[in-house]
Amino acid sequence: MSSLNSALHSTLRKRRFKNNLMTFVIYLFSLIAIIPLFLVFFHIIKNGSSSLNLDFFTQLPAPVGEPDGGMANSIVGSLILISLASIIAVPLGILAGLYLSEYTEDYFASALRWTVDLLMSIPSIVVGLFVYTSIVVPLKSFSALAGSIALSILMLPIVAKTTEEVLKLTPTHIREAGLALGLSRWRVILFVVLRGKSSAVLTGVVLALGRVAGETAPLLVTAFGNRNWPQSIFQPTPSLPVQIYNYAISPYENWHRQAWAGALTLVTLIFVINILTRLIFSKDGLDKNQS
Amino acid sequence: MRSLFSFLNRENKRSEIRHSDFAFVFFLRSIASLIIIVLIFLLLYLWNGSLPILKITGFKFFTDSNWDPTADQYGALPFIYGTLLTAVVALLIATPIAVSTALFLTEIASKKIAKPFGFLIEMLSTIPSVVYGLWGIFVLAPFVKIYIQPLFNNYLGFIPFFKGPPFGIGIFSASLILAVMILPTITAVCREVFLSIPTTLREGVYALGSTRWEMIKTAVLEAGFSGILAAIALGFGRAMGETMAVTMLIGNRADIAFSLFAPGATMASVIANESPEATSMLHVSSLSAIGLTLFIVSLAVSGISRLITQLTKRRLSK
Repeated sequence: MSSLNSALHSTLRKRRFKNNLMTFVIYLFSLIAIIPLFLVFFHIIKNGSSSLNLDFFTQLPAPVGEPDGGMANSIVGSLILISLASIIAVPLGILAGLYLSEYTEDYFASALRWTVDLLMSIPSIVVGLFVYTSIVVPLKSFSALAGSIALSILMLPIVAKTTEEVLKLTPTHIREAGLALGLSRWRVILFVVLRGKSSAVLTGVVLALGRVAGETAPLLVTAFGNRNWPQSIFQPTPSLPVQIYNYAISPYENWHRQAWAGALTLVTLIFVINILTRLIFSKDGLDKNQS
Repeated sequence: MRSLFSFLNRENKRSEIRHSDFAFVFFLRSIASLIIIVLIFLLLYLWNGSLPILKITGFKFFTDSNWDPTADQYGALPFIYGTLLTAVVALLIATPIAVSTALFLTEIASKKIAKPFGFLIEMLSTIPSVVYGLWGIFVLAPFVKIYIQPLFNNYLGFIPFFKGPPFGIGIFSASLILAVMILPTITAVCREVFLSIPTTLREGVYALGSTRWEMIKTAVLEAGFSGILAAIALGFGRAMGETMAVTMLIGNRADIAFSLFAPGATMASVIANESPEATSMLHVSSLSAIGLTLFIVSLAVSGISRLITQLTKRRLSK
């Protein structure tokens, strides 16, 4: 009897030990998962803040060998590219999202949903390559136009998806109430459903902006970049991410510091966007639905 | 047809409504068709662009390892090899960590801890690729060169695969940065899968007297196994398409070196690297063919992942 007892005890001890061991492993791996985040932040802030000054935001890049200089042209270029991209992608994306959420039943909606899902899973460099072969090569020049079209193709599915998700949260009885008043369906959709969720839709748009603000690969093969102010939308246009890339792979110490400063600016921008949208989203009650 | 023409009767308010609705749907559809047309154009352009090189080399394009733009020689094998190798190594590193993190978030941590911790993990995915690349060049690559590579050399150096030139920059560094970048993706999918496992299953296993780890093993990991596979497939797709960080860290050499530490190149990195300077028609065409391949493969992978997720959810909700 006692031998059975001790055998039971030893297996129990083994099981407890294994339990503790695996729990420890899970804790350890979870810790490892967030270490890169802190390391990346630490280095960006350490190296970026020491090279960030007012000149960075107001000056053109300095020629090789001269100290200082800034990325003002890239910041302006990025703003131009992103605004042009949103002009194309935001209306299209919102209307597509509207269709997806309000006309779920027909075959066109499923074709559209399929397309949006496909566009979401395309690697961004492939989109860049497509714009390169369809616009850059025929026009024989890298251009802001090509860059913003590439960005808009990347933004479109994000805007459409978030709009769809947000609008679907509108309770059916609100639509029915509108219809019961004798309104036509399109009035209900535009003035009841869309207007009711307009701030959430807008948040989705801003989220998409944050997503494409750091895109580099598609811009590298479409807008390319230059070391001067952006001239016209048919000419190569500098952008913050591409400039960071060019400086990072250059052999010059001064340029490396500029790259860190650029990274700090970019990451700060994206984080502010993300945290702001998150706050608004949770206020709108979207959080409850998702988590 | 009556409904189509009944708007002629102005008295009929209802048909007016129906008519305006019809116009609205037509408007929305024509706008939305633009998106579908973009996708069709994308496919057509990639296909048309890759025809010239595929006509010359045929299927040999994918099995030829000689890539020399100056001699107009194009074979994509080095890039296919580089893409697969970096993605697989990245998955090997990221999967255990990501699954553990998802377990921590769903099974161990209290809500108070899980929420901010999940937020931190999500933050990992918002850092732009180029910033990871910058960090990789100046922090990770030197670290790999000084600490990790000698470790491999000393203990596993007898296997040629773990021996390589001590550059720091190469396939291993690229895989490491890829692992960091796909970690939030895998974690998010695993977390969703684990959350969809009914609590009754967990309670049932606990009621049999199991420890927490035994519960996790049988009720969570085994029940959610196919979901974990879907997460891995999704991470694989992401890893293949990642461009900037990999381009900055892999060394960009169109070579098949059977070493984890040698420089290499991936399909995405060669497109980013050589498109801006491609002048010959065949060069652009070869890059298009590589882009088309990348497109098809990543579509296939994400399709598989989505299929598994749907099947799993259906099975679990039964």
